[in-house]
Amino acid sequence: MLAVFVRGAYDAQVLDALIAHRLQFAFTVTYHYLFPQLTMGLALLIVILKTMGLRGDRIANESARFWSKVFGLSFVMGVVTGVPLEFQFGTNWARFSEAAGGVIGQTLAMEGVFAFFLESSFIYLLLFGEKRLGPKLHWGSAVLVWLGSWLSGYFIVCTNAFMQHPVGYRVRDDGTVVLESLSAFLTNPWAFAEYAHTMIGAAVTGSFVVAGIGAFYLLSGKHLPYAKKFLQVATITGATASVLLAFPTGDIQARMVAEHQAPTFAAMEGHFETDLGVGLVLVGQPNMDTLALDNPIVIPNALSFLTHHRWKARIAGLTEFDKALWPDNVPLLYYAYHIMVGLGTIFIVIMGMAALLLRGGLLFRMRWLLWVLLLAIPFPFVANTAGWMTAELGRQPWLLHNLMRTANGYSDNVSSGNVIFTLLGFMGLYVGLSVLFAALVLKIIGGGPSATQESA
Amino acid sequence: MLAETWYVLLAVMLAVYVMLDGFDLGAGVLHLFVAKTNAERKLVLRSIGPVWDGNEVWLLVAGGTMVLAFPVLYARAFSGFYLPLMIVLWLLLFRALGIELRHQVEHPLWRQFWDVAFALSSLVLTVFFGAALGNVVRGVGMDDTGHFFAPLWTNFQVDPDPGILDWYTVLVALNAAVALTMHGALWLGWRTTGEVRRRCDAVLPALFGTTLLLTAGTSLATYVVQPQMGQNLQSEPAWWLAPTLAVLGLVGVRRFAGRERWRGAFFSSCAFLAGMLGSAAAAIFPYVLPARIAERGLTIAGATTEPYALQVALYWWVPGVLLAVLYFALNYRSLPPQLDTSDTDEH
Repeated sequence: MLAVFVRGAYDAQVLDALIAHRLQFAFTVTYHYLFPQLTMGLALLIVILKTMGLRGDRIANESARFWSKVFGLSFVMGVVTGVPLEFQFGTNWARFSEAAGGVIGQTLAMEGVFAFFLESSFIYLLLFGEKRLGPKLHWGSAVLVWLGSWLSGYFIVCTNAFMQHPVGYRVRDDGTVVLESLSAFLTNPWAFAEYAHTMIGAAVTGSFVVAGIGAFYLLSGKHLPYAKKFLQVATITGATASVLLAFPTGDIQARMVAEHQAPTFAAMEGHFETDLGVGLVLVGQPNMDTLALDNPIVIPNALSFLTHHRWKARIAGLTEFDKALWPDNVPLLYYAYHIMVGLGTIFIVIMGMAALLLRGGLLFRMRWLLWVLLLAIPFPFVANTAGWMTAELGRQPWLLHNLMRTANGYSDNVSSGNVIFTLLGFMGLYVGLSVLFAALVLKIIGGGPSATQESA
Repeated sequence: MLAETWYVLLAVMLAVYVMLDGFDLGAGVLHLFVAKTNAERKLVLRSIGPVWDGNEVWLLVAGGTMVLAFPVLYARAFSGFYLPLMIVLWLLLFRALGIELRHQVEHPLWRQFWDVAFALSSLVLTVFFGAALGNVVRGVGMDDTGHFFAPLWTNFQVDPDPGILDWYTVLVALNAAVALTMHGALWLGWRTTGEVRRRCDAVLPALFGTTLLLTAGTSLATYVVQPQMGQNLQSEPAWWLAPTLAVLGLVGVRRFAGRERWRGAFFSSCAFLAGMLGSAAAAIFPYVLPARIAERGLTIAGATTEPYALQVALYWWVPGVLLAVLYFALNYRSLPPQLDTSDTDEH
């Protein structure tokens, strides 16, 4: 009896540490990604605005200057919250780094060499070099900053893709995962699908923020020419991106999960029993006691059709798989996925409507729709976060899919108390960061685009 | 051979990081003392504004390069130094905010807050980086599986299971802090004019003297604490190049600074810092992380990964870093040759 207790206590400790390490990474990476999705989205919109500016559109050029300020501030936040992530692979996930660093080190180093050097060298010119560089070179630095931020995205997504769907590796006798083919690793099909979906997600965030602020200015009757420019550029970009987010990128990504991570796919969709002609769940809560959905609302046969392009196709339910292969938190995964998909659908409606109503300036007079655009600003952040939660919860219980369990990857020389202590530290610091960011970004928005002087 | 090549590349990366970020860290340490008015403080920040972020990227890329080439080192060292690294992260965060947020609000208290944040975080970072180097050179308290978890300090003795801070690492930390402060003073002296430069000139002799003393002390202490150094210098005379470079660098700082030739003095200081890091490498080779019980130490061979990965990475890493050098050359060339307080640039 005593042995049972002793053994139980030991396991609880291991579990504690695992959860602490996971929570710290989850918290810091989730918080971090609020900023890069904005900067990567804004970088694209700034390039579009700068290109219009280069063709003589003065308002567009001044709009680009205004959004560069927001970009600069978000970039700083992204940098200071991003550095801890690179450290944490080693500090908190040492066994994972030791086992797989020989592979993922390639992309982590590439991100620094090809993206960080580029961004850090040209962002200052984008922010402070307009007068000195002249229009063409300044446009060029905007393009290089955009390129740097989107390259950075690829290397990180490619790292994640290796964890989701390992390719180009070999397992050595000592259990370490080593690189066998750099080209296979870099051209992981999973990475292409995930990258397209992620970047377009960032474009949607950028578009909603720019459109929302444009709506805010119009509603308040201020900075009208800029407000209209914001709305014009952001609703067209946003509508295009929202559509691309669902189809083809979201569709490809979902079918890839269905093919390579079948238990995850079943859990995401809330699909418990293997069946032919499986319906698409719109509403319902997974009940892990009965292994069924409570109060489901389902479109019959739709999931089979979307996944296999046949109405009566067979899809394996979660109960078909060994429990050891199930994602360890099925309801959370299900909710995250459904929130992402639900919001994505709403984005298409909002942005599609706004873009269509640009004709004849109808949008600028529809106060209710402007209100919707303003209030929609937080939701792409929610959707992007939910999307990453789907990817990362869906990868569980694996750290490297089918190769290494998350429970075997954390630093077992760092106890849970140390991690919870630093996690609380990060939480406190990030509350402070949020207050600072909110205050400063509101100051920039309050000042408005006409207050943005050309700088030397 | 491949792994040794990466050992050299990683050492070079870290040396470049220390030479570059070293001067903006040093400028941070001096910020409150050499710049008194708002215009002078802006001047200090403008002298590093366009480049500091890029300088810090060398640290991140060195980190990435370490994962790439020495994943075992990265895993063992980063988890073993968990708490001090978390402190470093938070300091880096404050420092970045200090530099980037100061100009966002026109209010004297806001500026004062970030000035102090920038200065304090810079100072503590130089101390931590020095202590980190000291820990690597001294060796850590690895168990027989090669793992460790270092407390911040224990009894300040260099024993088999020491803390991060003991008498040796504190000595190295002070040496680093003073040497980087001198480096920052030389940068500010070179890149600015007026009162800031005059004050840098005034503190320089004290910084130089202290650096000289501490460097002599550190060298002697290292010889005692890390026997590998004596062995390496005896068995491979080429290692003498590193300490020689450091000494020549110090001589250069003295000669140039004495004649108000800031640029020459700054580059001599770069040589000094590179020589010191090279000497650190000379003190631990072929280990990447020595242990207090020598045979437990992590060697190049034990820390590295597949030869294929090391080989193929050279094909993109070398051109990639050369490209970065090109950006840096462009960026540094576009800096105004000398700043004074009359400019009203935003940064």
